[in-house]
Amino acid sequence: MMKRDDCLKALARHVAEADIVLPVYSTAFDWIAIRPSPLNYLSHGAMGLASSHGLGLALGRPDKRVIVLDGDGSLLMNLGTLVTIAEVAPPNFYHFVCENGTYEANGGHPIPGRQNVDFAGVARAAGIRTVHEFSDLKIFEQQIGALLAGPGPVFVCLKIVASGPQERDYSRIHGPQVRAAFREALAAD
Amino acid sequence: MQVGASRESDRASLLGGSIIREIKASKIEFVVSVPDITTSEGLLRPLAQASNPRLIRICKEDEGVGICAGLAYSGRRSLLLIQQTGMLDSINAIRGVAVEYALPICMMVGLLEKEPGVPPRQSKRYGVRIVEPILDAMGIAYHEIEEESDVAKIKPAIDAAYTDSRPVVLLIGRRPS
Repeated sequence: MMKRDDCLKALARHVAEADIVLPVYSTAFDWIAIRPSPLNYLSHGAMGLASSHGLGLALGRPDKRVIVLDGDGSLLMNLGTLVTIAEVAPPNFYHFVCENGTYEANGGHPIPGRQNVDFAGVARAAGIRTVHEFSDLKIFEQQIGALLAGPGPVFVCLKIVASGPQERDYSRIHGPQVRAAFREALAAD
Repeated sequence: MQVGASRESDRASLLGGSIIREIKASKIEFVVSVPDITTSEGLLRPLAQASNPRLIRICKEDEGVGICAGLAYSGRRSLLLIQQTGMLDSINAIRGVAVEYALPICMMVGLLEKEPGVPPRQSKRYGVRIVEPILDAMGIAYHEIEEESDVAKIKPAIDAAYTDSRPVVLLIGRRPS
């Protein structure tokens, strides 16, 4: 098992300035501390939709890499997204899921299917061809560069330890100024 | 009197080709859809056979709200073609993404089981009758598209949604031919 912070730091070393990144909930707070950028897309409006926003961005901006940093509870709310992503198959789309088995932002309760659900297996069964699962940080660090350099869609499940319930100030990432900054940065790039 | 009204409504028409013409005139590049029986043959089928606008088939309607949001940020116009049952299922996504974030999410919504010629609010079907009051409560603009003369509302409605950055719903009240 890995720590989310370590995974995000390893990932950030391979994320370019021009890449669009969509992190969710607790991951969003950790990510913006590691890689602050106006091209972090933080406002998803409803739980589970980050990968759908990302798919729209990947279709709308095929010139840019789109990296979704999803949660396991979030993905469970929108499993059909994996089928849609496989069908559309955008080559610039990279979907990471931090699997910690809990709804960290909502009290740390366990997700249904914890210990049983196989997210990588679900992604493969949905038709996504490039699927990986990591539970060892060293192996993840060795392979992440090549994964991001190759064509999407890519699905990666990161097995991480739960951090416990997280109290965060969501007004920081959901405010209109965040969306305006993203819009401006994307239009300028 | 009711019979006469019914015959009149039977004679009225709505052409899928006219709606598609307006969709293209509105510079819609992507149609994002879960099949809807009202618009299945007259709209979705011909749209699926064309390459422009590009059809994106989705599993559930709230996915489409997110996809259309991402496209809007990218400066690309899209239309979410769904049934009112799917719209009702996606209320939270529409609330958060379209209304609270003030994004131009344009929805074309087939009204399942609406009686032709009967205004949605006067429908005998609960699932039809509640649609416009819900949109009113959410503060979302909508337009009824039931007759051929209504088709002219489509482009101004979509243009206004993008100009003002707000959602709009186009309610398809009968099966386009």
